[in-house]
Amino acid sequence: MNLSVKISNISKKFNATIALNSINCEINKGEIFGFIGPDGAGKTTLFRILTSLIIPDTGTAIVDGDNVVSDYKLLRNKLGYMPGRFSLYQDLTVEENLKFFAGVFKTSIKENYHLIEPIYKQIEPFKNRRAGKLSGGMKQKLALSCALIHKPNVLFLDEPTTGVDAVSRKEFWEMLKHLKSNELTIVVSTPYMDEAAQCDRVALIQKGEILDINTPQNIVNSFSHKLFALKCDNMYELNIESQTNKNTHSAYLFGETIHWVAKSEECKMNFISEINAKNFKNFEILQIQPSIEDCFMELMTK
Amino acid sequence: METVVEVKNLVKKFGNFVANDNLTFEVKKGEIFGFLGANGAGKTTAIKILCGLSTPTSGELNIAGFNIYTEREKIKKNIGYMSQKFSLYDDLTIAENIKFYGGIYGLSLKKIKEKTIKYIEALNLEQYTKKMVAELPLGIKQKLAFMVSVIHEPKIVFLDEPTSGVDPITRRQFWDMIYNEANKGTTIFVTTHYMDEAEYCNRISIMVDGKIEALDTPANLKKTFNSNNMENVFIQLARKATRID
Repeated sequence: MNLSVKISNISKKFNATIALNSINCEINKGEIFGFIGPDGAGKTTLFRILTSLIIPDTGTAIVDGDNVVSDYKLLRNKLGYMPGRFSLYQDLTVEENLKFFAGVFKTSIKENYHLIEPIYKQIEPFKNRRAGKLSGGMKQKLALSCALIHKPNVLFLDEPTTGVDAVSRKEFWEMLKHLKSNELTIVVSTPYMDEAAQCDRVALIQKGEILDINTPQNIVNSFSHKLFALKCDNMYELNIESQTNKNTHSAYLFGETIHWVAKSEECKMNFISEINAKNFKNFEILQIQPSIEDCFMELMTK
Repeated sequence: METVVEVKNLVKKFGNFVANDNLTFEVKKGEIFGFLGANGAGKTTAIKILCGLSTPTSGELNIAGFNIYTEREKIKKNIGYMSQKFSLYDDLTIAENIKFYGGIYGLSLKKIKEKTIKYIEALNLEQYTKKMVAELPLGIKQKLAFMVSVIHEPKIVFLDEPTSGVDPITRRQFWDMIYNEANKGTTIFVTTHYMDEAEYCNRISIMVDGKIEALDTPANLKKTFNSNNMENVFIQLARKATRID
């Protein structure tokens, strides 16, 4: 069996709100698979379904060979889950938390120490500190250790890097890459588009629907327009101009440039001559490779 | 150009812990100032002081023309604030939220009415007016929260991770709104974890272990740190941090 997760036609509503609308997705064993999308896209609902915590309205999901609804008892022993909100016991120490989670799964810290060692040894000097008194980065490492201590086959990490600074985010992804093996599938969600590049494959998700599933490289390759970066001395005016210009297909601020797509090749030439006529100082236009975020925005507006 | 935020040798200690270690900087009228730093670098402590919610241990500070030690109430009236975590009341309608914030800042009922109509039009919220804010999509809620944070036309508005988790198109529309507001002369003081957003600021400060380690325009910072993007600059600086947080 090479599939670790198979999601078929999963839908879920909360009152009138459609959280997930007929989601289909397959995740291979040993993959780092990312669900990339903003808040409200349905990522957390999907993770709760896949970890057997809530039941879908329709559809089925198989995780590690077990149905998430009918075989939940079997399944829970084989999956690790790190929810988005810190959910360890704040008034237990670091070590007590880890012991507790090992105990719940009828194992011991000793038995699986090798799995968590690279992560846990960074917080081990503070093992007698209460979890509530840890810094954000340390809490994250403890939560990851607790999710791994029973040697799960599939690990679900719901927005592990949200609200975390760029350095800690980088370190977290390095930890995940060390964990990657044939025995462990890692399913992770994130609102940060740039993190897609850290995954083997990703699903772009928005308003309960999957926009695309592919490797990050293939998603970028499938961007069907020529993308240009625009720059000049007065970015404020250029931004307004490029958004309202009739030759524009799309224009978005992107770091120090504006990412711009023309409606056609002819429109591009018209746009450039109009910009030149308007005397934008030091105007530059350069064709560039799209990023995942460019692709996401293009798919959102389709 | 008028200086709206003036901070000289700001120190804030909690016991022996120095949360803010001798910060000195100025922000001008209409400037977009990015206040960056790793988690635990001391940003929140500094913002609380700048907003008049906490007093420094020492240092000279002037916010919107008022003294931080003697005129904190005046400061509060002349600044705006929004964050991702706290913005609008979920169980009030859009109009009720606008009325509430307008009232808090002492706007006349006539003015509040004007603003309500203006905001609802600007965000195309006609279909939502009678609905609770909880029912609004996150993106629209954040845009509305921003408008409400400047309802009293403050000299400066503090935005604490305003775009966290918002979809990429809305995030950019949000920045279009920020640019507009700055263009009207409002000073913008913003924190973010998105490094591309750091590029949208006129100037950026980066805090490490309670100190400002760098303060310049994005272009100059990239030059100084020999990087082609802000993420690289940030990582070079923040990696130096020795605090465990």
